[in-house]
Amino acid sequence: MAAAVSAKKQGAGQVLVIERDSSLGGILQQCIHPGFGLSYYDEELTGPEYAGRFIRQAQELGVKALLNSMVLEVLPDGTVICTNGEYGITTVRAKSVVLAMGCRERTRGNIQIPGTRPAGIYTAGAAQRLINRQNEMVGRRVVILGSGDIGMIMARRMTLEGAQVVAVVEIMDFLAGLTRNRVQCLDDFGIPLLLSHTVTRVTGNRRVEGVYVARVDENKKPIPETEEFYPCDTLLLSVGLIPENELSRTAHVEMSPITGGPVVNQSMQTSMPCLFACGNVVHVNDLVDNVSWESEVAGREAARYAMGQLPQSGGTVTCEPGDNVRYICPQHIALTEEEGEVDLYFRVRLPDEKVRIRLLCNGKELGKKSAVKVNPGEMEHIKVSMSDLSAGKLEVHVAKGV
Amino acid sequence: MLQTDVLVIGAGAVGCAIARELTKYRLKVLVVDKNEDVGGEASKSNSAIIHTGYDAPPGTLESQLVVAANPMYELLTKQLDVPYQKVGAILPAFTDEQFEKLPALKAKAFQNRVYDVEYLTGEQLLAMEPNLNPEVKAGLYIPRENIIDPFLLVVAYAENAQQNGAHFLLNTQVTGIRVENGRVVGAQTTAGEVQATYIVNAAGLYCDDVAAMVGKNDYTVNPRKGQFYILDKNTTCKVNHIVLPIPTKVTKGKLMCPTIHGNMLVGPTAEELEDKQDYSTTSEGLASIETDVRRLIPNVNLKDSITQYCGLRPNRNPEGLHVDTYDDVKNYVNLSGVRSTGLTASASLGKYVAQRLIEIGMPVNFNPDFDPIRKGIPRFHEMTYEEQDALIRENPLYGKVICRCETITEGEIVEAIHRPIPARSVDAIKRRLRAGMGRCQGGFCGPRVIEILGRELGVSTEEIRKNQTGSHMITGKVRGERVIANV
Repeated sequence: MAAAVSAKKQGAGQVLVIERDSSLGGILQQCIHPGFGLSYYDEELTGPEYAGRFIRQAQELGVKALLNSMVLEVLPDGTVICTNGEYGITTVRAKSVVLAMGCRERTRGNIQIPGTRPAGIYTAGAAQRLINRQNEMVGRRVVILGSGDIGMIMARRMTLEGAQVVAVVEIMDFLAGLTRNRVQCLDDFGIPLLLSHTVTRVTGNRRVEGVYVARVDENKKPIPETEEFYPCDTLLLSVGLIPENELSRTAHVEMSPITGGPVVNQSMQTSMPCLFACGNVVHVNDLVDNVSWESEVAGREAARYAMGQLPQSGGTVTCEPGDNVRYICPQHIALTEEEGEVDLYFRVRLPDEKVRIRLLCNGKELGKKSAVKVNPGEMEHIKVSMSDLSAGKLEVHVAKGV
Repeated sequence: MLQTDVLVIGAGAVGCAIARELTKYRLKVLVVDKNEDVGGEASKSNSAIIHTGYDAPPGTLESQLVVAANPMYELLTKQLDVPYQKVGAILPAFTDEQFEKLPALKAKAFQNRVYDVEYLTGEQLLAMEPNLNPEVKAGLYIPRENIIDPFLLVVAYAENAQQNGAHFLLNTQVTGIRVENGRVVGAQTTAGEVQATYIVNAAGLYCDDVAAMVGKNDYTVNPRKGQFYILDKNTTCKVNHIVLPIPTKVTKGKLMCPTIHGNMLVGPTAEELEDKQDYSTTSEGLASIETDVRRLIPNVNLKDSITQYCGLRPNRNPEGLHVDTYDDVKNYVNLSGVRSTGLTASASLGKYVAQRLIEIGMPVNFNPDFDPIRKGIPRFHEMTYEEQDALIRENPLYGKVICRCETITEGEIVEAIHRPIPARSVDAIKRRLRAGMGRCQGGFCGPRVIEILGRELGVSTEEIRKNQTGSHMITGKVRGERVIANV
């Protein structure tokens, strides 16, 4: 929605949003908790409220929407083929396309939890949809594996609806999600958080009867003698998100093995010039506010591309993760005549405190800032001025120091 | 009281194939199964291979049945609209010890009358299967080892049987068999008495329990657990053939092969158990698959697994596939020892069991109305855009994709719920259509499938089960009308 609004504001003649659901707003519609918009709107909104603002703006600007339509294929030339009960198989030819398909949740199968395969095992997001949109309660006594944000939010949600959340179990020795969610969703409700623990087995042939939980050693291997049985009827999983790029692959867009999303430049442009991408389909974000800003760039630049206004690139700067940096988005910067600043978003590999973040272009320091705390669960950000850049490589390092 | 000419106990691949074959005669056929769906046990959790019988114990009934069944699938899968793909198997040898076993394996194939097995060089094998361990010395090629959709095969047998007049009574367990004057006359079930002239025991893992009801328990069945990995369609390291290890004295070993839908299947283990309800995967079992399969395919990437599951093979003690009839318990056919080759053997076992019934006196009145053709549910994702468009114009529900990973539409789900053998559980939908079988494992479509099942069956969503009784997905409403299910 942010990309559509931004494209329209940039002057694009026709902007169409294709959505598989029956309403706009995506996953925000099931995120009924507050905490959205603190940076973008400087106020605290729920997911549907946050989405609502964009929907209204889009409608006012004349963005068109094709709902109940699943895109089956995106071609490298910007042709989009979708299916719709009313219109059948529909082909849309666009001068530029913004991929904004979001992400999906990792499953029990991905993390290979042994045991039986009963009913009562849900990803946190599936449970959230059932509870918040379908009015269906998924269980009464719950163990949550993974301290991702949706997991913690669902711990609070299930507690408020009368379920007992026995524990949130996290294999790492640090929290996967935001600290504010630990405080507001777990601590305030007295829900135990077990760091350095994992679920080793599921029992129950029909409905979940319980799970075994064990402490893990430094190699994340369960220590058998610490295994304990937790009776429960439900296991929720909040064990990571994966950008949903089936369509990007149909368009043969170059993908990053680290983020699982398309490789993009500062215009959020993929390796196929008319295809842009933004949000969780590029890299998994923790705050919707960041997604909106990033999507504004994608929408604006896609509009400029469609109108033939995007300047030719005169060289490339490759963004390379340095010390304790897992990835940087965008992965490269196209050098053009244009001035301005580029926002670099990145995540650290490991938590650290009192660090210095340094930005180097071809060995020359372009900027630095210090941070009290860095955490893989919280995205970091640094700006770079286009005029300071020269073709070659741009590195971000995070290391102890003041 | 229900009355039937033939009662078949067990709606697995074999039971359903027998039922279909019997509808070629003017007979009342009733199939009962304790599970909520057909194909609920070993038929759903196997390696989905149609074997040639090249490695069966020569001279046995199992060898005859498997060898006879293999060529039937060409026509059968067309008649029943079941996905079937010819891929072939290779049996590579990496060590001198394995290399020396090849002639004996080829000789055994000849004894089983599987004459099209060929020797291949290491280079030839690597050209066929580039991800094979490059240390391969030579191997065998077994061209007619093929892959099938095992779930749809069972559903298709059952639906075709039903459409030709057979009845299915699911969620119904046989608790006793009535024998009078040395012949069976009926059975007690959890759904009441059934009067039957002939009874066929095709109860698989539980065939010993059924046999005990007529005092013919001169054997036992224990489960032999097989654990498997399913890998994502986009996994980095794939194979084109069924890649088999050279068997050892202890085990036939663990294989890697494509599934009919383009995933990779890796496994199985072979673990002797006592508990017929032990459906749990184990970290040890899964680790052993990784170790063993790496010898065949060094770069196999099990991190790309989307799910792991296990099946329980019915292991007969003493071994061997048996189809028995008895002088002192007349009108009764007992199948036992139908193991991992049972899916393949179902095609010939159906005919074999019908013939045995005729030999013990079942009247031969051909059913001239028998129709061998069963039309499946349209497979939206396999169609061209033109075909899809035409289908949506006929029924707009085909325009709405519910399972995004496998591109399964609401139209297909609704049809599955209203088929002759209806899908009434989340797993029954999954097995027929693959909704929930893709890389997100139902994370996206699961909530939607529950909603559609409730709507189409006209029941509250609290009634919706994953599979059997007790496996409810929902425990009540969040707000408003509050129904607390028994957790």
